Amino acid sequence: MLSSKASSNCHGQDSLYFLGWQVYEKNPFHEVENPTGIIQMGLAENQLSFDLVESWLRKNPDVMGLKNKDGESVFRDLALFQDYHGMPAFKNELVEYMAKIRGNKVKFDPNNLVLAAGATSANETLIFCLADPGDAILLPTPSYAGFDRDLKWRTGVEIVPIHCSSSNGFRISMFALEEAYERAQKLNLKVKGVLITNPSNPLGTTMTKDELQSLITFAIDKDIHLISDEVFSGTVFDSPCFISIMEAAMDSNLKRNTDVLSRIHIVYSLSKDLGLPGFRVGMIYSNNQTVVSAATKMSSFGLVSSQTQYLLSYMLANKKFTSNYMKRNQKRLKKRKEMLVSGLKKSGINCLKSNAGLFCWVDMRHLLCSNTFEAETDLWKKILCEVGLNISPGSSFHCSQPGWFRVCFANMNQSTLQVALRRIKDFVERSSFNYQQNMGSLSRKLISNWVRKLSSADREEQER
Amino acid sequence: MAIEIEQPRVGLSKVAVSKTHGEDSPYFAGWKAYDENPYHETSNQSGVIQMGLAENQVSFDLLEKYLEEHSEASSWGKGTPGFRENALFQDYHGLKSFRQAMASFMEQIRGGRAKFDPDRIVLTAGATAANELLTFILADPGDALLIPTPYYPGFDRDLRWRTGVNIVPIHCDSSNNFQITPEAMEAAYQSAESMNLKVRGILITNPSNPLGATIQRSALEQILDFAVNKNIHLVSDEIYSGSTFSSSEFISIAEILETRGYKDAERVHIVYSLSKDLGLPGFRVGTIYSYNDQVVTTARRMSSFTLISSQTQHLLACMLSNKEFSENYIKTNRERLSKRYDMIIKGLKKAGIECLKGNAGLFCWMNLSPLLEKPTRESELALWKVILNEVKLNISPGSSCHCSEPGWFRVCFANMSEQTLEIALERIHKFMEQRKRN
Repeated sequence: MLSSKASSNCHGQDSLYFLGWQVYEKNPFHEVENPTGIIQMGLAENQLSFDLVESWLRKNPDVMGLKNKDGESVFRDLALFQDYHGMPAFKNELVEYMAKIRGNKVKFDPNNLVLAAGATSANETLIFCLADPGDAILLPTPSYAGFDRDLKWRTGVEIVPIHCSSSNGFRISMFALEEAYERAQKLNLKVKGVLITNPSNPLGTTMTKDELQSLITFAIDKDIHLISDEVFSGTVFDSPCFISIMEAAMDSNLKRNTDVLSRIHIVYSLSKDLGLPGFRVGMIYSNNQTVVSAATKMSSFGLVSSQTQYLLSYMLANKKFTSNYMKRNQKRLKKRKEMLVSGLKKSGINCLKSNAGLFCWVDMRHLLCSNTFEAETDLWKKILCEVGLNISPGSSFHCSQPGWFRVCFANMNQSTLQVALRRIKDFVERSSFNYQQNMGSLSRKLISNWVRKLSSADREEQER
Repeated sequence: MAIEIEQPRVGLSKVAVSKTHGEDSPYFAGWKAYDENPYHETSNQSGVIQMGLAENQVSFDLLEKYLEEHSEASSWGKGTPGFRENALFQDYHGLKSFRQAMASFMEQIRGGRAKFDPDRIVLTAGATAANELLTFILADPGDALLIPTPYYPGFDRDLRWRTGVNIVPIHCDSSNNFQITPEAMEAAYQSAESMNLKVRGILITNPSNPLGATIQRSALEQILDFAVNKNIHLVSDEIYSGSTFSSSEFISIAEILETRGYKDAERVHIVYSLSKDLGLPGFRVGTIYSYNDQVVTTARRMSSFTLISSQTQHLLACMLSNKEFSENYIKTNRERLSKRYDMIIKGLKKAGIECLKGNAGLFCWMNLSPLLEKPTRESELALWKVILNEVKLNISPGSSCHCSEPGWFRVCFANMSEQTLEIALERIHKFMEQRKRN
């Protein structure tokens, strides 16, 4: 009785990413009321810097009350404002903020910015604009679990993964890119673009200028689009500093090709660095006027509330606020990430070296009883139900190697993170104790594998 | 960064380059003429008066008063303690307090004659998103929805553009006041079949846009019977339900279902929004109410693409759960719209113009067919251009609403002050006098 879209599993909600969330909701940790509950470490939210936003709000009650600088109510104008071009004052502030995040090495034109109800909406809209049903987008793995829904569900477009592995820190190699393209061809799928997330979710790493330029060259070569999802650009807390696809494209060698800018599109949102996912503020930036025009019309299906545009245009206009926020937020993220990494290290667990994001990509391969996804799922279940931590298994990010997990660190307070680290430590100690108890029943091969993985050779590779 | 870019060779999707967004219609062209020369009471008295925008501006003072007296709705309490939770809230179930407030508001509009379960409410960023979303769920690309004409021009984009679904019109005409008949529905169904299109549903707007009239009980019964008979869905877009001039005259499909003991309810879905009744199109508040569990679950998941800002959900949850405010608003808003309607009808009558008898909405359906040179679409558009460029009124020609009878126009009356409406009526009067003389 319903469409095939309604009956499909393309919404992706059967994935472990969402299942873990459901289990968490039935028994959520609370420091006082439920100290044995499950700690949510599967949600990439930033809760570290709300106090800074709250302080600004307290100083600006008029803006919240929908009044202008002269104390006059702007309610009527806001109530009626549904122009899909978006509020000019808001877009002006957004492009300045975006430029600031990129160290002002690129400038953005507000006329090329299209607002959407979150990056979820922005990504889907871009795919509707760039690809037809049945076409394909290349996507490096591991990648954000939500893309299965956002890019494929209603658009009818296919995702062809670009397999990345720990052998080179999960970086996108030209070989992997070409291999993915060929795989798409063999499946008779027309490739329309590549979508990268930079900084990466779930890796927490940023791409180098060389990598970005290789991608651009590849896109020109194959005559396809390049979407750069830069929603985590404001969460870069360590070197190397963030290089946007736009900066890489401005390089003189590539600029000679006038098509370059018409095939590059950026997605951004205020959900990650500013910690405002509820406000639904996403955007597409493109120099391609046809894309801007089509995406603008499509934004009718997901406009940003004028009430919210108004509030945030004032907040972002306060340059002292944004500078202070960026500086302090990044410091807090860095400190929190270091707390997680060092805590895990004490339990013999290593993380991929990262400089951005709200999470770490954690190597738990040595805790698997076999190098399989079944073993990864078993371990995930144990950690969810026995240890009480909702972390996300690599399989839910389509990682091609089992044993990696994404662990979020910015969506809880410090003491909760400490509880989580203690639980992991206990679990690892218990497992190793059990292991020793059962040693007799394990094969020699398995033992030597485990020991080898704990050796320094592997550790070096991960800290690259 | 204004870089000169040649015609980009890198390809885009068929959807991106198609014209199905419908923006080349006169409905939108009229807006352009208005934007270039907008009327202003003091600074541009000879400008174009916008009568093509179905907005409700007659009751803002009630909303402003509420906000003045309830600052907690637009803030997050003293010292902003609720801010964090609200800023983080992106659950596609939507704020429970807001859903409860919406359910109760919808019940109040229907005079308590229908009950709504907050857990069946799915929130979307406007009815535009709700209608598209429902179409994605109820139909596959290439399928068809039956829609009675004349209909809201935006449906061509909302229901067809990205979904790939077709609209097959159910032709209605003035011989019976544009009411939907079983014969017309059957004819549309047969027409779809002959084009090899699978009909998945019928979508009605009640009260109707552009007719400005509610659908009668007997017609609603026939429409539901038709849907049951053909085993298709029934979507009832009730966004103007709170703009009925008299509460008792609006009959919701929900009431029909109630009297039938909710038999066949799983094929019925209602769309609502606060853009018309509350005059808040900028806040992007739409809902889908479905009696079908699978539709509710799927719609909820899909609403991820079009969630309502939690800041706005919070504001409206406070406002609409205030029974004193909502009851007074509904009553006062109806009275003011009714008064406005009487004013425009009288004014048009004085100028010798008849309108369809209406009882709801923010517009009236005006009959200018006696003025047409020939009973054709071309004549209608020629007349429309004259009214736009000489009389300087942007009204919407019936052809942009797919009306099969030329000469009808939709004229909005709630998006301006009374004085502006007087001026518009004077201009029409003058225009009609001139024509009589010629």
